Amino acid sequence: MAEFTLRLRRYDPESGEAAYWDEHTIDLEPHRSVLEGILQARARFDGSIGIRCSCRAAICGSCGVRINGQPALACHTHLDQAMKGARDGVIEIEPMGNMPVLKDLIVDMDAVHWKKVRRVTPWLINKEPIPEREYIVPHEAMVDVTQSMACIQCGACVSDCLSMEVDPLFIGPAALAKAYRFVGDPRDAQHSERLNDLAQDPHGIYDCTHCFKCIEACPKGVAPMSQIMRLRRISGRDHGIVDANNGERHEIAFTNLVRDHGLLWEAELLPRSYGGDSWLAKFGPAAGRELLSSLPVIGKALLRGKVTPMGALKAHKLPDEDLQQVKRIYATVEGRDEAERYELNLYISGYDEDMEGAEGPPPDAAAAGAQGGDGGMAGAESGQPGQSPERSPSR
Amino acid sequence: MPSHDVLIIGAGLAGQRAALAAADAGASVAILSKVHPVRSHSVAAAGGINAALKPQDTWESHAYDTVKGSDFLGDQDAIEIMCREAPDELLHLEHIGVTFHRNDAGELGTRAFGGASAARTYYVADITGQAILHVLYEQITKYHETVDSYEEWFTTSLVQDDEGTCVGCVARDIRTGEMELFNAKSVILASGGNGQTFKPTTNALICTGDGIAQAYAIGAPLMDMEMVQYHPTTLTENGFLITEGARGEGAHLLNSDGERFMEKYAPNKMELASRDVVSRAEQTEINEGRGIGPDGGGLYLDVTVVPRKRTLEALREIVNIGKDFAGTDITREPISIRPGQHYIMGGVKTDVHGQVPTVAGLYAAGEVACVSVHGGNRLGANSLLDTLIFGRRAGQHAAQRSRAMPMPTTPTSRLRQDLEHIDAIIARDRSGRRISEIKDELGTMMNRNVAVYRDADGLATAHETVRRLKEDATTAYIDDRGTVFNQDVLGAIELGYMLDTAQATVVAAIERKESRGAQFRTDFPERNDDEWLKHIDISRNGDDEPHVTHSPVTMTQWEPEERKY
Repeated sequence: MAEFTLRLRRYDPESGEAAYWDEHTIDLEPHRSVLEGILQARARFDGSIGIRCSCRAAICGSCGVRINGQPALACHTHLDQAMKGARDGVIEIEPMGNMPVLKDLIVDMDAVHWKKVRRVTPWLINKEPIPEREYIVPHEAMVDVTQSMACIQCGACVSDCLSMEVDPLFIGPAALAKAYRFVGDPRDAQHSERLNDLAQDPHGIYDCTHCFKCIEACPKGVAPMSQIMRLRRISGRDHGIVDANNGERHEIAFTNLVRDHGLLWEAELLPRSYGGDSWLAKFGPAAGRELLSSLPVIGKALLRGKVTPMGALKAHKLPDEDLQQVKRIYATVEGRDEAERYELNLYISGYDEDMEGAEGPPPDAAAAGAQGGDGGMAGAESGQPGQSPERSPSR
Repeated sequence: MPSHDVLIIGAGLAGQRAALAAADAGASVAILSKVHPVRSHSVAAAGGINAALKPQDTWESHAYDTVKGSDFLGDQDAIEIMCREAPDELLHLEHIGVTFHRNDAGELGTRAFGGASAARTYYVADITGQAILHVLYEQITKYHETVDSYEEWFTTSLVQDDEGTCVGCVARDIRTGEMELFNAKSVILASGGNGQTFKPTTNALICTGDGIAQAYAIGAPLMDMEMVQYHPTTLTENGFLITEGARGEGAHLLNSDGERFMEKYAPNKMELASRDVVSRAEQTEINEGRGIGPDGGGLYLDVTVVPRKRTLEALREIVNIGKDFAGTDITREPISIRPGQHYIMGGVKTDVHGQVPTVAGLYAAGEVACVSVHGGNRLGANSLLDTLIFGRRAGQHAAQRSRAMPMPTTPTSRLRQDLEHIDAIIARDRSGRRISEIKDELGTMMNRNVAVYRDADGLATAHETVRRLKEDATTAYIDDRGTVFNQDVLGAIELGYMLDTAQATVVAAIERKESRGAQFRTDFPERNDDEWLKHIDISRNGDDEPHVTHSPVTMTQWEPEERKY
């Protein structure tokens, strides 16, 4: 047993008072969860502490909070772990961000999170005809969308989404991950319509700034930002959707500039995003208009030295060896074929043990290794050779 | 006053399935739950759902396995219905978008599960319950014009008219504290089990037996309440669930001598014998000193024999649970487990349409109900099936029933009484015990006396304790005096529900003087078909003591036989 002090952000909407801090010292083994700590404080000292919770095992998604400023599930964070992030030896627990607080640690998820989920038409629109038996779909496709299905709708990613802070109308990481669950599902009939909708919406897939906050926040490895990036890729590359927000063209201009020069050439980014992927783009009417309207920003950037007149004319120079390495990365990524579409998935692919169970599943280490390059917790070590397959006990 | 043809209380799998079925049948529907629907405890079901869908499998084989698993206490007419309708239900789930695991041919693939003579468990990694629950909620969202969803509303009572017909409920909007009377032609209870009466339990904090107690309070009989399932693999540390899918994938159970002890108890099925058999074997090993850990209270579950790649894909959730909650990498070393409270086979007695026999207008489906398809012991991956089949049937039947009748008028007296009751709890002075203290004592005591092994003395102690705690609960005090999210006062009401259902369990366990399924009496160690091949029904009148009666088990094609795995 060890003592821990919890500092809880309290708010009583009926009191007419502002939110305040409330400290309790609890007594638990260090590997117990912050939720258990809060529940002990509630049981022993103050039954009015408000927090949603149910399963205690990171599956129901009720207890999303901020612990020492970071979004997390209270049940999924050990006390000793939380102590490491405590600034003054006290574990600080606040309600999640980007959503209105109702009481203490309880936020209004309906007003933000669920509203956004409803925005993405969150149900399967069946491909017709619906088969008599199951839809026959690739094993990998189901594993692939299962990563999005693993989302428990806890709101941790919404809490810390930087884009949403700036643009509260941004559809946001959780809802867009949900959208991928349909776009990636071969049984859905409206991939193109869904993607067009999400790409054309100024608060849609191109509103994400790629900050990785949601990936860090997610307790279930859903990696919402990765799902958003896949939506973009499928939208632009497979469906040829050119969006009114210029997101797709911006992305192409960005990646091509980096491919060609090894680093971003800032001055070329805007004209190429609007005028097309060429040095001549800046003379096109759309790029011209955009450049004109951006003059105040350009002026400021020049004044502050963020852009130099020289930099506008010439790209950054990278040592040739480094540039070649960047090009090799591009070649590898762009050379991947369709079958490796599932590259970002944390759920690695496996083999089915069938009913008769006559033959064992091939412990195919090579296949595992090929899919293991995602850096995720499961994939990172998936290249390990499988042990000889153990059959279920004889029946 | 909200009025609907069909009012559903509880929004887990049974409740949501009932809502969708009733809406499809043309009814106006309300679904009301004390938590947001996706927080319901169905979300925790890991391993899968059974259906005899493969061409070489038969529903009769599934039904026989279920009957045998139930130790012949399950009603065979209900079991036949469940197993016959399972394949279509599974395909329906697939069609609305559940991302079931596929084999290399792109067809639905299966895994092996306990007590089953074929691999007929369909699954989504080890988040099957979550995947199905979230997909059903997608459909509830789609049906928003015909299904009104009341999220975070806490039911305090079922309401009856003068004839005793159930015509609605009283509920509290947890956000505002406002109390409301809900009017309905039919009410379907789908509010889950009462696992929180045990400590530890795999069940969520919300599983406090609300619906069971509410039905019991208005005269509905409770059946098979003595049948409490202890799951063979819960974390020794804190009682969290390790899915049976682990053993389905081939994991072993080992004692302190490193012996695969199931050889002694179930030489054919080994680790995949039915849950009561495996839990009992484990408890015997522990009691006879072959347990592991500082107090010898655990055993090893060895998942390392499953190919690592397979574990990482198909058992990802328990890899995480091992890592996060026990500090063990289950792909590298065995993990310490023990039997732990997991499920109740018993509940509100219903027929195969979900109707409660003595209360017109009232239905129940899922863990809150007892049809009875699980009898003395539920097979793994049959619970999801139970919720969906009987949730759907209840929804359809209730919609049908409501077609021919006018909207009833609901008396308001119950609303006044519940308001007064809540005010009285809030106003209690601080002279009694804390709610949390009573709840702890109840759970610990039940887990000691009403567990895997039971006897007359332990059960008598249990009954005495429950009675005393019920007394304590009448003066227990709370801290929160507010109306917005007053979870404290809801906790006090839940404690009352838990105590009522715990008492029914204890009384039924005392009554059954034999060993069958999950009930093992060390003082009556044999199954006794001559005297006890029957259900125990518990009912009461108002606040009276529980009243015990018996009812016959429905047999169709399977005679009781010796049960061996």
